Amino acid sequence: MHLDHATTFPERHTHSAEPVRADGTRRALRIGLGGPVGSGKTATVAALCRALRDTVSLAVVTNDIYTREDADFLLREAVLPPERIAAVETGACPHTAIRDDISANLEAVEDLEDAIGPLQLVLVESGGDNLTATFSKGLVDAQIFVIDVAGGDDIPRKGGPGVTTADLLVVNKTDLAPHVGSDLDRMARDAKEQRHELPVVFQSLRSDAGVAEVADWVRGRLAAWTAA
Amino acid sequence: MSRAALLVLADGRFPAGGHAHSGGAEEAVKAGRITDAESLERFCRGRLHTTGLVAAGLAAAAALGTDPLALDEAADARTPSAALRAAGRKLGRQLLRAARATWPSPELAALAAARPRGAHQPVVLGLTARAAGLGPEDAAYCAVYESVSGPATATVRLLGLDPFQATAVLARLAPAMDETVRSAVAAARRVPDEGVDALPRAAAPLLEIGAEAHAAWPVRLFAS
Repeated sequence: MHLDHATTFPERHTHSAEPVRADGTRRALRIGLGGPVGSGKTATVAALCRALRDTVSLAVVTNDIYTREDADFLLREAVLPPERIAAVETGACPHTAIRDDISANLEAVEDLEDAIGPLQLVLVESGGDNLTATFSKGLVDAQIFVIDVAGGDDIPRKGGPGVTTADLLVVNKTDLAPHVGSDLDRMARDAKEQRHELPVVFQSLRSDAGVAEVADWVRGRLAAWTAA
Repeated sequence: MSRAALLVLADGRFPAGGHAHSGGAEEAVKAGRITDAESLERFCRGRLHTTGLVAAGLAAAAALGTDPLALDEAADARTPSAALRAAGRKLGRQLLRAARATWPSPELAALAAARPRGAHQPVVLGLTARAAGLGPEDAAYCAVYESVSGPATATVRLLGLDPFQATAVLARLAPAMDETVRSAVAAARRVPDEGVDALPRAAAPLLEIGAEAHAAWPVRLFAS
């Protein structure tokens, strides 16, 4: 009697990233940021918050390997009010929390909206992981994979799900390229080969342009989400 | 009863948040109470006969159709540590999300509406078993197995303990798990006559104290 209720419960509940809220309005766009340890995910999130916070109602969920480091960094930098930053604990497995068992992250996103009202954008930052760590489509609507030139200019060639399938690939810390002997042209060629038409941004947060190009990409996704 | 449904619910990969919790093992490792397979087995045996038994009783009673809100209060009363009550409700909320997606049922929907911030995990577990067409023994087995498998897998990550040894620990505990399930289900069957006070209430003070200490650590790998 309990098994298949396909007709009694045709609606899906709150278990995944359904595009509308219970009241029928379109929920916040969720963008995931993943990538290896130290590639600049948190710095990119901080820069995005500064670039977008005046025009977009946004919040951040961090997934730390050991509790609240990244959330605390964002709080110290005061990129958003504290009530707009939530930390998820991941039990030594950040990729599990963003891909295989997304329940804690979904709850964090919902709790943010419960606490501060409707949001337009939620950035979900993964804990630093490996090149295979990608986000579940049940959690985010689009994902950014952040690598850096100092991690080795062969990473785009090696590929892997993050590099090949992310909606945006960010190659960070381009200012370090001459110092670590990384060949940016080669990285761009390899990335093009792996990703075909998917976009790649080369960025240095220390340059004047900073996060501008990534912020423009996020604005574009947000406009498309809102218009859909 | 579907044996396959039991495997789905008992699978360690069932996406209900358990992977982020160590069942007190992280604190016990740091305190030096778990150092190897032998001490892990002692830790798990203690957990099984205390919180494992209590969880199994609550889960079996929920599977039998006892009012989940009364069981939720009974779980509160059996969990002195505020940190453990919070962890239990958080895990219950996560399990409820997964359960409603997996085995939609009016009872699960009603519990979610009554406890939007989460009911205690064993209560949700029992109600989930019920929604999946499983019985009180099945629910109790899931509860006792979770009570020891969580610490065992966490210890593999925390200590680099040989995973074969950790799995052998769980296998050695199997007869004790069977016995715990029998006690828990027998108690749950008395609830219609005697009320929720018939359910087991074994306490593990060191787990409760350890959970409070653990919750205050600035750096930790597991949420509890």
